[in-house]
Amino acid sequence: MSAFNAIGEQREIDRDEFTPGVEPQPTWCPGCGDFGVLKALKQALPEVGKTPEEVLTVTGIGCSGKLNSYLDTYGFHTIHGRSLPVARAAKLANPELEVIAAGGDGDGYGIGGNHFIHTARENHDMTYIVFNNEIFGLTKGQTSPTSPKGHKSKTQPSGSAKSPLRPLSTSLNAGASYIARTAAVNPNQAKEIIKEAIEHDGFAHIDFLTQCPTWNKDARQYVPYVDVQDSEDYDFDISDRREAAEMMHEAEDVLNEGTVLTGRFYVDEDRPSYTEEKQAVGEMPDQPLAERYFDDDAEWERSYDLLERHT
Amino acid sequence: MSDDELIWRIAGGSGDGIDSTSQNFAKALMRSGLDVFTHRHYPSRIRGGHTYVEIRAAAHEVQSRGDGYNFLLALGDSFARNPQEEAYYGNEELKPLSENLDELREGGVIVYDEGLFDDEDLEEIGLEERAEENDWHVYPVDLRSIAKEHGREVMRNTAGVGVTAALLGMDLGHIEDLMEDAMSGEIFETNLEILHEAHEMVEEEFDLGHDLRIPEGEHETEQALLSGSNAIAYGAIDAGCRFIAGYPMTPWTDVFTILSQNFPDMGGISEQVEDEIAAAALAVGASHAGVKAMSGSSGGGFALMSEPLGLAEMTETPLVLVESMRAGPSTGMPTKPEQSDLEFVLYTSQADSQRVVFAPGNIEEAYEQTRLAFEIAWDYQIPAIIIYDQKLSGENKNVDVEFFDREPAPDLGSTLTEEELKEAAHDASGKFKRFNYEAAEDGVAPRSLPGQKGGRYLATGNEHSPVGHISEDPDNRTFQMERRLEKLEAIRADLDDRESNQTYYGPQKAEYGIITWGSSQGAVAEAIDRLNDDGHSVRGISVSDMMPFPSDELEEFVESVDEAMVVEMNATGQFRGLLQKELGRYGEKLTSLLKFNGNPFEPAEIVEGYEVNVAEEAREPTAQVRIEPAAGD
Ligand SMILES: Cc1ncc(C[n+]2csc(CCOP(=O)(O)OP(=O)(O)O)c2C)c(N)n1
Ligand code: SF4
Repeated sequence: MSAFNAIGEQREIDRDEFTPGVEPQPTWCPGCGDFGVLKALKQALPEVGKTPEEVLTVTGIGCSGKLNSYLDTYGFHTIHGRSLPVARAAKLANPELEVIAAGGDGDGYGIGGNHFIHTARENHDMTYIVFNNEIFGLTKGQTSPTSPKGHKSKTQPSGSAKSPLRPLSTSLNAGASYIARTAAVNPNQAKEIIKEAIEHDGFAHIDFLTQCPTWNKDARQYVPYVDVQDSEDYDFDISDRREAAEMMHEAEDVLNEGTVLTGRFYVDEDRPSYTEEKQAVGEMPDQPLAERYFDDDAEWERSYDLLERHT
Repeated sequence: MSDDELIWRIAGGSGDGIDSTSQNFAKALMRSGLDVFTHRHYPSRIRGGHTYVEIRAAAHEVQSRGDGYNFLLALGDSFARNPQEEAYYGNEELKPLSENLDELREGGVIVYDEGLFDDEDLEEIGLEERAEENDWHVYPVDLRSIAKEHGREVMRNTAGVGVTAALLGMDLGHIEDLMEDAMSGEIFETNLEILHEAHEMVEEEFDLGHDLRIPEGEHETEQALLSGSNAIAYGAIDAGCRFIAGYPMTPWTDVFTILSQNFPDMGGISEQVEDEIAAAALAVGASHAGVKAMSGSSGGGFALMSEPLGLAEMTETPLVLVESMRAGPSTGMPTKPEQSDLEFVLYTSQADSQRVVFAPGNIEEAYEQTRLAFEIAWDYQIPAIIIYDQKLSGENKNVDVEFFDREPAPDLGSTLTEEELKEAAHDASGKFKRFNYEAAEDGVAPRSLPGQKGGRYLATGNEHSPVGHISEDPDNRTFQMERRLEKLEAIRADLDDRESNQTYYGPQKAEYGIITWGSSQGAVAEAIDRLNDDGHSVRGISVSDMMPFPSDELEEFVESVDEAMVVEMNATGQFRGLLQKELGRYGEKLTSLLKFNGNPFEPAEIVEGYEVNVAEEAREPTAQVRIEPAAGD
C-alpha cells in the first residue's frame, strides 16, 4: 500500500509502521479483547492511506487507554473520561489530522458520558472506539455502566440493581452519524468497520465488544456472533433513524440473552460534520488554525484595531 | 476627599437600561477631557431588583470608585411595578432613592423621578429632614412623563441625563454624538428631543442652589474606555490566542463573550461546551495541536478544571486559564467581588503540580500580564493562570489608546519546526525524544506538534520516558520531576530580568507599608496618597506575581518599613498567609485589613484601617472591615 504523507512525499506504508520499534510490549492479559482492537487498527490505518504522523490517537484511562502506547502514531493518553474534549479540540485546531479517540466503557459511558453525548451531538469528524468489556478492567473488576443487571462485583456484592446503559441507542439519540458494533472475535469485520468509520465524515462511534477474561470470567466471548448485514434475518434501512433505532434496541436486548448482533446500525452520509457546520456559520476559518503560526505572511490583528468602539 | 470630582450614581431597576446609559455618559465625560472610573453594583437577578452604576470623573487620575458619591439620579424600578395597574410590590419601587442615601456626601445633589413617588413615600424615608441635615439639594423631576410624551417610558434614562447635564452645566455635544453612534432614525430623534426638553426644563424651572459643576479637564492623547475583561481579552488577542473554550459563569463570562464576538473576524475559534472539565480539556487539546488556547471560569467552574489543569502540567502543554473570582464558598454571591480563591488557584490539582499565577491589579496590568502569561506558558510549556475578580472584570477606566499599540506576539515559544525536528534527538525506533531531560534548558524540552514530520511521540498524564512511554522507572521519574520543577525557578529568574510586575506607591522610603494584591490596588493607591498628604509616612506595594513568588522584592519591601498592613477582600487573609509562607518570617510585622461583605474597598476604609491598625489610634473600625492582628499578638 502506498500513500502520500503530510508533506506530499509518496512512500510505502504497512502495518509495521504503526508498531513501536523498541518498546513497550503490550501488558494486556493473555486473551484480552483489547489486542483485537489494536490489530484491527494497525490493519485498517494503512489501508485507508494514513501515515503514522497524520494520525492522532487520543485515549482515556483504563486497560483500553493503553491503546496508543502500543500503536505508533502521534498520541495523547489523557485522563479518565476526558479523551473526547481533548480530541475534538485537536480536530478543530487542525482539521487535517486524522483523529481517533478511544477508551473503555467506564471511561466513555461512565465518567465521560456527558462528553460522549455532546461530541456525538455536535457530530465532530472523528472516530470513537469504545472498548466495551462490560467491566472496569484496570481497577480490578468493578461493575461498569454496561454490566448486565444483577452483575456481582466487589463493589456491588448483591448484584447490580441498575440496568445497563444502551450505548447504541444513546449514541443515536445524541446525534452520532455513524454507529456500529463489532467484536474482537471477528477481526475482519472489525477492520472493515474501522476503515469505514475513519472515512466517514462525521462522528463515527464503534461499540467494540472486547472480552475481559480476567475480571469478567462468566462473560461471553461475544459468540454466537451475528453480522446484521450478512444475516437474512435482519433487513432494515441503515440510513433510517427509526428502523436503525429498532435494530439497536433489539441488539441491546438480546446481548444479555447471549446473542451478539454486530455490524453497522446507522449511517447518515448527508449530515454535515461539525467543522462544516461551524464554517457555514462563519465561526471557523477555512485554513487549519494550527498552520497560521508557521505562516510568515499571516496577518495578525491587533487589539489596537478594536479600540474604536471604546473611544 | 476632593471637591473637584464628580461621582455620579444612576440607580434604578436591573434591566432598566442603567448599564448602557451609564456607559455612554462615562464616555461623554471622558471625551470632555476627564479621567473616569466606573463601579457597577447589581443583584443576582436578570430583571428587577435595585441596581446602580457609579461614575467617578475628575481632571486628575482616578484609580478607584472613591468614597461615597455626590450626585444621585434615582429612576424608578420599573420591574417592581405591575404593568397593568401601576401598583407597587411593597416598597421596591422606592429603593433607587431610599437605598442610596447613606453614602451620599454632604452638599450632594439628588434628582429623582417625581412621577413615581407620592408625599407619603417621601415622608417614609424622611427625605426632607435628611436633606436638611446633610445640605443635600433635591430636584424632583417627572422624568417618566417627559419620556412618555415624546416616546416611551424607558427613555426616562435620557431625560435623566439631560437633567444631569443641565444641573452640572455640561455641554450636550458629546452626549448627542454618543447617542447618534448608538441609535438611529426615529429612536435617535425622539431621544434627542427628550434630552433637550429635560435640559431646558431644568434651566427654566430651577434655581440651582448647589455648587457641584462639571470639572474642567483635557486629555493630551486619545483615550479609550475599557473594562478589565476587555483588557484581558485584548491581551489574549495580541498574544496570538485564537482558541477559547468555556462554559458561562459570572463574571468570567465577560472575557468569554468578548473573545467569542471577535474571533470569527480574526480566524479564531470559540467553543461553548458542556461543562468546565470539557472547556479546559478542549483548551489542552487545541494547544497540543498547535494553537494558542485559553479557557477559564469562576470559582465553582474552576474547581472542575482541576483535572485538565493537572493534565496540562504533566504533559507540559502550554495553556492560559483565567479565574475570575466572586464571593464564595460554593455559589456564594455571583455578582459580588471577593479575593478569596487565591489559595485554591495556587494549589488546585493533585501532587507537586506547578503553574504560573498572575494577579493584575488594574486595567493596564490586566492587558500586560495576559500577554505575559501567554509568552511564559508557551516558552516554558506550563499552564499560566490569570486570577482577578468581579470588580476588575466589570469596572471601566480610561486608558491611553497608544498603550495598546503593541505588535502581535503569535510566537509558539519552545515549539519546533519540521526543519528543527530533523536535528532533534530520536530513539532507535525513530520516535522524537519529546521529554528529553538531557537536552532540556531551564527544564524546557522543546516540543513537536501532531502532524509534523519526524515529531511522533506520546503525550500522557502518566509519568513517562523521554519519548512519552508510560514509565515507573525510579531514575526517569526523578529526572523528569526535577526537570519540570526547574522550570519555575527559571521563570522567576526570567521575570526578575524584566520590568517588575509589582507596582509601588508613595515615597521610596517610609515608616509604614501597605501591601495589597489584585483589584484592591486602586483604593490602596488613593489611601496612600491621602495618608502622606496628612503627614504620615507610608509606602505601598501591589503584588501581581503569585507563583513563582517575588520573594526578594517583597523581602526588601517588608524590611524597609517598621510595620505593614496587608489589604485584601477575603475573610481569612489568604495573601498574608502566602507572604508569610514565602518569606518564612516577618509574621510579627504584618497585620491584615479584610473586607468580605461583597463590596470593594473604598479608600477611606483603608485610611481608617491604617489609623486604627498601624498608627494605633484607639477606636473601633467600621463594621464592614476586619482587622487581624500580627502573629504573636
Ligand atoms: C478521576 C478518576 N477516577 C478514577 C480513576 C481510576 N480508574 C482508572 S481506570 C478506571 C476504570 C476503567 O474501566 P473502563 O473504562 O471500562 O476500562 P477498562 O480498564 O475496562 O479497559 C478507573 C475507575 C481514575 N484514574 N481517575
Ligand atoms: S484486566 Fe481485562 S481488560 Fe484489562 S488487560 Fe486484562 S483482560 Fe484486558
